[in-house]
Amino acid sequence: MNRFIWPLVIFLVLAGFLFVGLRLDPREVPSPLIGKPAPAFTLPLLYAPEKTFSSQDMKGQVWMLNVWASWCGSYKDEHPILMDLAQQKIVPIYGLDYKDKRADGQATLNNSGDPYTLAIFDADGKVGFDYGVYGVPETYIIDKQGVIRDKLIGAVTPQNLRERILPLIAELNKQ
Amino acid sequence: MKPFLLALMLLLPAYSYAGEAKDLAENPVMERRMIQLAEEVRCLVCQSETVASSRSDWSNDVRQIMREKMQAGATDQEIKDILVERFGKSVLFDPPVDAETVPLWFAPFVMLLLGIAALFFQLRKRRETVPETQLSEDAQQRAAALLNDKEETR
Repeated sequence: MNRFIWPLVIFLVLAGFLFVGLRLDPREVPSPLIGKPAPAFTLPLLYAPEKTFSSQDMKGQVWMLNVWASWCGSYKDEHPILMDLAQQKIVPIYGLDYKDKRADGQATLNNSGDPYTLAIFDADGKVGFDYGVYGVPETYIIDKQGVIRDKLIGAVTPQNLRERILPLIAELNKQ
Repeated sequence: MKPFLLALMLLLPAYSYAGEAKDLAENPVMERRMIQLAEEVRCLVCQSETVASSRSDWSNDVRQIMREKMQAGATDQEIKDILVERFGKSVLFDPPVDAETVPLWFAPFVMLLLGIAALFFQLRKRRETVPETQLSEDAQQRAAALLNDKEETR
């Protein structure tokens, strides 16, 4: 009996590993920044170049930093979801327009709506680099102490919003 | 006409220039050092390509940042640390051996040892369960006869 059970066990373990492997996305590199203080930055606003936004101003608030760009295709997928989230006023969403042209970024928001509390402009991507951005869109959840609590690589979807982002924000707001 | 066109087309490659060559001219020594370092860094967009060979926008940026940091006097290790801090250890093709990466470095050898051990025990068990049988004189003769017989019928 034993000699039939062991190959079966080995097969099942292997199949289990492969099955989990199927669902992993190798593009999703876990960020070492989760649990670390969000890099401080001061950047001009997308609509008003003379005004600036400083990440230090957000201390004491749970907020969402959404990295996007007008040239990014999958931004169109998450845009309606962000619009919806903005209307619910659950969390302030700050949009970081990453390596974009100012006019293009403004035009995108003018045409399809602006979900952001503030749109910030990162022309050369230096702030994006400090946040470990390597693909757009990416979304960071930052807590009241200014610590990055989660990083989402790729578009916000109804599923990861419901299962990952909203529960985390609710928990952080209680703290 | 056809050979003429062909000759004309063969001339075409002479008109293509590499876009990146510009940077090289500015500071060839540093550029060489930068490329050497970029060979060790993974392009997170293409994953199996190095930052040195990738043409992705992100890799272009990383090479530019490497140049700037080198110009500011950073060592190769300092630049690697900056990248690991932001993108994690997997950004290096040779991640450092530490508590977190021990399984990555040594699991294959552990697997190999387990495999050899399993094979060893399996073989020993088989030798125990299947003892070599001694043929009697009679049986040996019969076997020889059968074998020879078979050969002749062919």
